[in-house]
Amino acid sequence: MNAVLIAIALVTLGAAAVAMTLRNLIHSALLLIASWAGVAAFYLWAGAEFVAFAEVLVYVGAVSMVVLFAVLLTRRSRDDLTVASDSARRAFSGFITGGAVCGVLFGAVIASPMGVMSSPTPTVTVRQIGTQLMGTHAASLLIVGVILTVALLGAIVIASADRKDNSEDTP
Amino acid sequence: MTGLAVQNLWLIPALPLVAAAIGALTPRTGRSLAAGAAIAAMGVSFLLSCGALVTALAHPAAHAVSNFAWFDLGASAFRLGWLLDPLTAFMCVMVTFVGTLIFIFSLGYMHEDVNAKQFFCFLSLFASAMLGVVVANSLLLLFVSWELVGLASYLLIGFWFHKPEAAAAAKKAFITTRIGDLGLLLGMLWLYDSTGSLLFFDGGNGVLEANTLGALTAHTALGGFALSTVIGLLIFCGAVGKSGQFPLHVWLPDAMEGPTPVSALIHAATMVAAGVFLIARVYPLMSADQALAHTALHALTVVAFIGAITALMGALIAVAQNDIKRVLAFSTVSQLGYMMLAIGVGSWVAAIFHLLTHAFFKALLFLGAGSVIHAAHHEQDIRSLGGLSKKMKVTFATFAIGMMALAGVPFLFSGFWSKEGILHAAHEWDVSHLPLYAGLAAVVLTAFYMTRLVAETFFGKARSHASDHAHESPATMTLPLVILAICAIALGFLGTPAFPWLQAKLLGEAEVHGHSLLEGAGLMMLSIVLVALGLGAGWALYGRKLRQKSTSPDPLAAAFPGVIAFLAARMKFDELYAATVFKLNSAAATFADVLDRFVWDGVIRFLARLGEFAGIVNREADEDGLNAGFDAGSKSLRGTGNAYSRAQTGDAHGYLRVIAIGFVVLVLVVMMGGGR
Amino acid sequence: MSPLQLCLLFSSALFCIGLIGALARSNTILVLLGIELMLNAANINFIAFWRFSPSPSPATGVLFVIFSIAVAAAEAAVGLALVIAVYRHQKNIRLQEAARLKG
Repeated sequence: MNAVLIAIALVTLGAAAVAMTLRNLIHSALLLIASWAGVAAFYLWAGAEFVAFAEVLVYVGAVSMVVLFAVLLTRRSRDDLTVASDSARRAFSGFITGGAVCGVLFGAVIASPMGVMSSPTPTVTVRQIGTQLMGTHAASLLIVGVILTVALLGAIVIASADRKDNSEDTP
Repeated sequence: MTGLAVQNLWLIPALPLVAAAIGALTPRTGRSLAAGAAIAAMGVSFLLSCGALVTALAHPAAHAVSNFAWFDLGASAFRLGWLLDPLTAFMCVMVTFVGTLIFIFSLGYMHEDVNAKQFFCFLSLFASAMLGVVVANSLLLLFVSWELVGLASYLLIGFWFHKPEAAAAAKKAFITTRIGDLGLLLGMLWLYDSTGSLLFFDGGNGVLEANTLGALTAHTALGGFALSTVIGLLIFCGAVGKSGQFPLHVWLPDAMEGPTPVSALIHAATMVAAGVFLIARVYPLMSADQALAHTALHALTVVAFIGAITALMGALIAVAQNDIKRVLAFSTVSQLGYMMLAIGVGSWVAAIFHLLTHAFFKALLFLGAGSVIHAAHHEQDIRSLGGLSKKMKVTFATFAIGMMALAGVPFLFSGFWSKEGILHAAHEWDVSHLPLYAGLAAVVLTAFYMTRLVAETFFGKARSHASDHAHESPATMTLPLVILAICAIALGFLGTPAFPWLQAKLLGEAEVHGHSLLEGAGLMMLSIVLVALGLGAGWALYGRKLRQKSTSPDPLAAAFPGVIAFLAARMKFDELYAATVFKLNSAAATFADVLDRFVWDGVIRFLARLGEFAGIVNREADEDGLNAGFDAGSKSLRGTGNAYSRAQTGDAHGYLRVIAIGFVVLVLVVMMGGGR
Repeated sequence: MSPLQLCLLFSSALFCIGLIGALARSNTILVLLGIELMLNAANINFIAFWRFSPSPSPATGVLFVIFSIAVAAAEAAVGLALVIAVYRHQKNIRLQEAARLKG
């Protein structure tokens, strides 16, 4: 069981790490898709099928497309897909800070007493999730819906070209 | 050869899928790897299919299934599965065999294309999806594969996407079949709602098994129809779209814009066969209402009449086409109509027999046409071809065999026996004899237009530079032709009335009961006479006096200019749809636009003015009363703000770094014991 | 080492990869992707604790992640729209140059 988890983790982390270092943005985005698929595999491993499907739909399907579009829309020429290499100073400081966080987190996880809790695997069916979403968490669901709508509208407004000619809409 | 157990049936569609993945991942230069993987996968799938056939024939009456839960949904679960019975096994063997030959043919045909690697990737995806349709034991799995077939056909028809016609044809094919798929989806949902299952066979609980069907026929849906009738007709909608039946046939001739191997794959072995296969698969559901006397309409009656209309219409239009591939496309429409007709009159076995023979000889004809087009440098107009019989001997011989099989030349060719089975079944149908007459008329027309096609393409003298310099195609292209030609002859003997082995196996009978050939000999004689009539008329008009120039008039068009022009314009279906459906659509869009622009916009503007007015009132009160006191306070606040704003460096990296470092410090403080 | 600890180490490592990416790269799209990775790492924690520790309501962790994914989707949409707006404004998407709001 642990071997599967370690394999999933290695694939995910490897893909993510390489994606963060590549200079070609398209390759980065494709590797991140692999990484997100790895996270989805982790959810499947943990028994949260619904979340795994949601992850695939939202990240592997939707977010990746948005990223690819953003990459394609923000290049200067047809072949401009690589970015200039970053300054070594920033990379160094990033590694120091990230490494410190990593050390702290690892230390905390390893130092914490986490005995093998023999709790049974929680089973949660889609029906239960649906009932909970529409019952106990109905308010949250509504709010999330509103957030998504507002965010999408906002994204369109932000990304759309400035309308200079239309004077009657701006008071 | 040992059999293939039903649990391992998924391997058959999985192998081409793997080949497609390999094709997708190889770089553009690795085309031989992609092609090799595709052909190897199809070849192995073919061997596995043969294994499956062995298993299925050992127990022809059994529907071996292997089901598994896909998705847990509270108390119930979505279940998928594989199904192995003679129908599935025969289809698998046919698809993989014809598919392999078409793949090999593509090696030669796509030799010069720089995107050949993509082509093999798409072909493999297509084959995989089609095999998925065939082995599915669940309407849901079938639907998923069905849509994948649609997607792959979109990619393949539009493969030469730099040609605007190809791009338009791909869109048209996709959208037209989607209209039918909507019906299939609705039928599927309704079926799930009323039975709680989408498995075909499930140890007594599947939707095609007796108790479920009994429950479905017992309920009446709207309009006094039995539930099974309505659901069956909705599912039939999907088949109408996919199999190019009237009135959704318009996409099929346009799909000729794709490379010719694609036309062969789509129009012979796979996509169009999927619809016929679907109806044959759900035949128990379609025919469940036959026993009911009180219903106004039997689902199968609709199927029979749609099939008859399609058969006759396709044959009529094919008479007036001049593009070699379009003639074949409309002949496919017509032949598919025959198959639907056969299912409608209650003989799905005859339909599947015709499907199998048609797959071989139509693939042969398309590949032969591809060989001609390849040799004549993409000249497709039969008026500009001609004189190829001496230059391309193998292509001519095999094409002629395919033509005779399609025309139904008696006794030796497979098309004769399968068509005979359909006409026989139509003869025995007790509801109406109209489909039979339509079928018989189409027999004459089929023989006629195929004679015309061969006479114009291969005889006479070369009427253009391209056909003058034609040469025989390479062995990768002629070898599949020869193999298919042999099959186009040999396959017929599996299902003659004297030894109906195929029919018996499909029906699940262990023994083969032959009839005398003399049984129904009257009908057979009639159809032989009709074939002879068609061939004779075609020869008299086009063969006796061969066309001299590519611009000389068509003898038939000279006699009936109006009729032929109407048929050449494909009975104006595209124009009809443009005048009705498209107009309606754009009218609805205009209406929505007007509603948006004037009604809703007006409401919003009114609310905005209201808000503006409130704001003005507010400001008046503000400026007079409250402002003075705040001015002084805000001056001192501004000083503090200036001091703080130094921290706002505007560097997002810096902010993130500070957050991270702050987090580290915080955790360290907590861990060092400060957290108590 | 218990599976829970392994999961937490996995999520910590993913979080740090995202953090380092966000800190070290100057391309705004990559910074956003780093942030997405950090969010994913947080979600992994939710699922890990849901899976390996007893909880009063069986679906809590899953629901948390669902909401989190929804918010992350909104964040990605707005973030990438901002990237496009920034690009239109300054003709590149180097994050350190987008500093007009400094005090």
